[in-house]
Amino acid sequence: MAEKGSTRILDGNNAAAQGAKLSRVQVIAAYPITPQSPVTEKLSEFVEKGELDAQYVAVESEHSALAVCTSASTVGARAFTASSSHGLAYMHEMLHWAAGARLPVFLACVNRAIGAPWNVLNDQQDSISQRDTGWIQIYARNNQEILDSIIQAYRIAESVYVPVMVCYDGFVLSHTEMPVNLPSQEDVDRFLPPYKPHTILDPANPRNYNLVTFANPRVNAEGVLCHGYMELRYLLQEALQNSRETIIKVGQEFGEAFGRTYSSTLWANRLDDANTVIVAMGSLVMEATVAADILREAGHKVGVLGLRVFRPFPKADVVKALEKSRLIVVFDKNISYGLEGATCSEIKSALYGSSVRAVIRNFIVGLGGRDVKARELVDAVNRSLLSAKEDDLTREYPEWICAI
Amino acid sequence: MQDYYEIRWHGRGGQGAITAAKILAQAAYLEGYQGVTAAPSFGAERRGAPISASTRIGRQTIMVVSQIENPNVVVVLDHTLLKYDEVTSGLIRGGWLIVNSWRHPKELDVPGDFNIATADATRVCSDLGLVVAGVTVVNTAILGSFVRATEAVSMSNIEKAIRGRFSDSQAGINLAAIAQTYEMTRLERRG
Amino acid sequence: MGTRDCQHICAESSPAIGEAGKTGEWRDSFPVIDPEKCVVARQNKPACFLCWLYCPDAVITKTVPIQIDMEYCKGCGICAQICPAHAISMIREQ
Ligand code: SF4
Ligand code: SF4
Repeated sequence: MAEKGSTRILDGNNAAAQGAKLSRVQVIAAYPITPQSPVTEKLSEFVEKGELDAQYVAVESEHSALAVCTSASTVGARAFTASSSHGLAYMHEMLHWAAGARLPVFLACVNRAIGAPWNVLNDQQDSISQRDTGWIQIYARNNQEILDSIIQAYRIAESVYVPVMVCYDGFVLSHTEMPVNLPSQEDVDRFLPPYKPHTILDPANPRNYNLVTFANPRVNAEGVLCHGYMELRYLLQEALQNSRETIIKVGQEFGEAFGRTYSSTLWANRLDDANTVIVAMGSLVMEATVAADILREAGHKVGVLGLRVFRPFPKADVVKALEKSRLIVVFDKNISYGLEGATCSEIKSALYGSSVRAVIRNFIVGLGGRDVKARELVDAVNRSLLSAKEDDLTREYPEWICAI
Repeated sequence: MQDYYEIRWHGRGGQGAITAAKILAQAAYLEGYQGVTAAPSFGAERRGAPISASTRIGRQTIMVVSQIENPNVVVVLDHTLLKYDEVTSGLIRGGWLIVNSWRHPKELDVPGDFNIATADATRVCSDLGLVVAGVTVVNTAILGSFVRATEAVSMSNIEKAIRGRFSDSQAGINLAAIAQTYEMTRLERRG
Repeated sequence: MGTRDCQHICAESSPAIGEAGKTGEWRDSFPVIDPEKCVVARQNKPACFLCWLYCPDAVITKTVPIQIDMEYCKGCGICAQICPAHAISMIREQ
């Protein structure tokens, strides 16, 4: 199907704001932080001009921003927030809360490094540090995917009652303009029905939500056996496990409605005959395809696997995509200190017990805005090809592309 | 006209290099290039401090997200920046160095195997009153020199991009500045 | 039998008597109202009701006279502390 709507040249932050507007968000609460600030500025402008019928709640911190969003979501409003880096870290407690309360709140994470030392530039340490909070995490490669993923995120979140975070690289996408197709409001309305909350605070029917919950199940005043804390945690895990199906279905339907399909949890680029696979996430996937072009020209069978959905981690999809690989080179814009890059760990864990017996190399790149060039990715792959021996499947620690 | 351009802009904070990078991306998209990107140099921007910006223009979607290393075109909004080596760094053989300067390209004394174009955009803009907060805004005018030197986009698409961004009266002045700068641009081919 | 039948996906309940369990079992002392001192009892009409407002277990009625549900009164003594007429005393359970 051909693309509909209108195409404009937008930076990532503007694309995010447009995505929120098209999703008809009803409550926005966010605290400005570089590089996310323009998202909040744009949305407050929409509300001020009457182009978006939403409450813009000015807050004094990110913690309060997400507290406002969870409250709004509890009473049945579609809520939006955005943050980066230290702001996201400050939200940490409320991230757990939103997921635990099963509120389909949305958060745009404009990926930025975390101090010390101070740094406003891009890496993915901020969102990776929040991977265990029970949120679905989707990473965008470009500005079109930011807008599209936000619209899909509300459909996903409101179907499975799990909050969704769409992550995109600070500056590299947030401040870089590129063509973005804006779907029409009518088409988005048809795709995204109004939010139906599973909780609703209503004076006529008072309920207690997220009250003190003991370790063991208990019989409530109505004589019904209710979940203890652990059963509720199980249900959150189950919801994440099962959400893959919803993510795919929503992505397919998005394709049918708008002509851009998101029918996989991954982006596969020339994997069919590839025995060497580059793995990356976010905008780095784009640069990686440029590197793969160069390596192909040099005669290597190289493909690129881009992780679109990081939580739930699409284990089976990853195994299938890597089936033919002999060498997997994972580039991480984050580090789990004392171990390795987070996506490398996930890849290894996904491959455990599978028939894939590939050499795995991990490179830490691009921290704190360090530019990552295709030729550097090419070098890293070439080095890995040289060091790839059957008896040297993995290395204890990752290699770093830096000047140390 | 080529299939792929990497353009680096150099100016001082407040001179509008980033806006120029964006207007050019818009014009190129209108010209039919499917891939365009425009970006500031990343990080803090301070008024007066040397800054850069970039525009990529291609027939296909731009997949490169890293910083430009080897530009085809370097546009310098403030000729005093020419003393910094990074301004012409990586500029490819046969590429264009476009400078806002009253000097003839030959008088600029910039070594290299690239072509040079100059125009006194500052004079054009101050004559037309294109002054914001005491700074003569040459960012749009220099697009005239860009078109003249590279022929990468047409003046009509530059006009469309300008009209899409400015009010009618502002667009009029900016277009006049672009047209005059286009005419007065001096080209020195040496690549 | 599991807990799925409750059909909840987050912790929730209806506000109901006894929702927090038999809190009366927590009591080691109990409140006794002196009708000679309680403003409501003395005036025989709605007044004061500070104890009703402050009781964390909502076991004091807003009636004339006030009444305390001793099945759920947890014996915290807040009512005795808040009463401006010193009409409530806490007596140790035997
Ligand atoms: S305030 Fe405490 S002691 Fe007084 S009635 Fe309520 S629960 Fe009982
Ligand atoms: S606070 Fe004291 S005076 Fe007031 S209603 Fe309660 S017992 Fe009576």
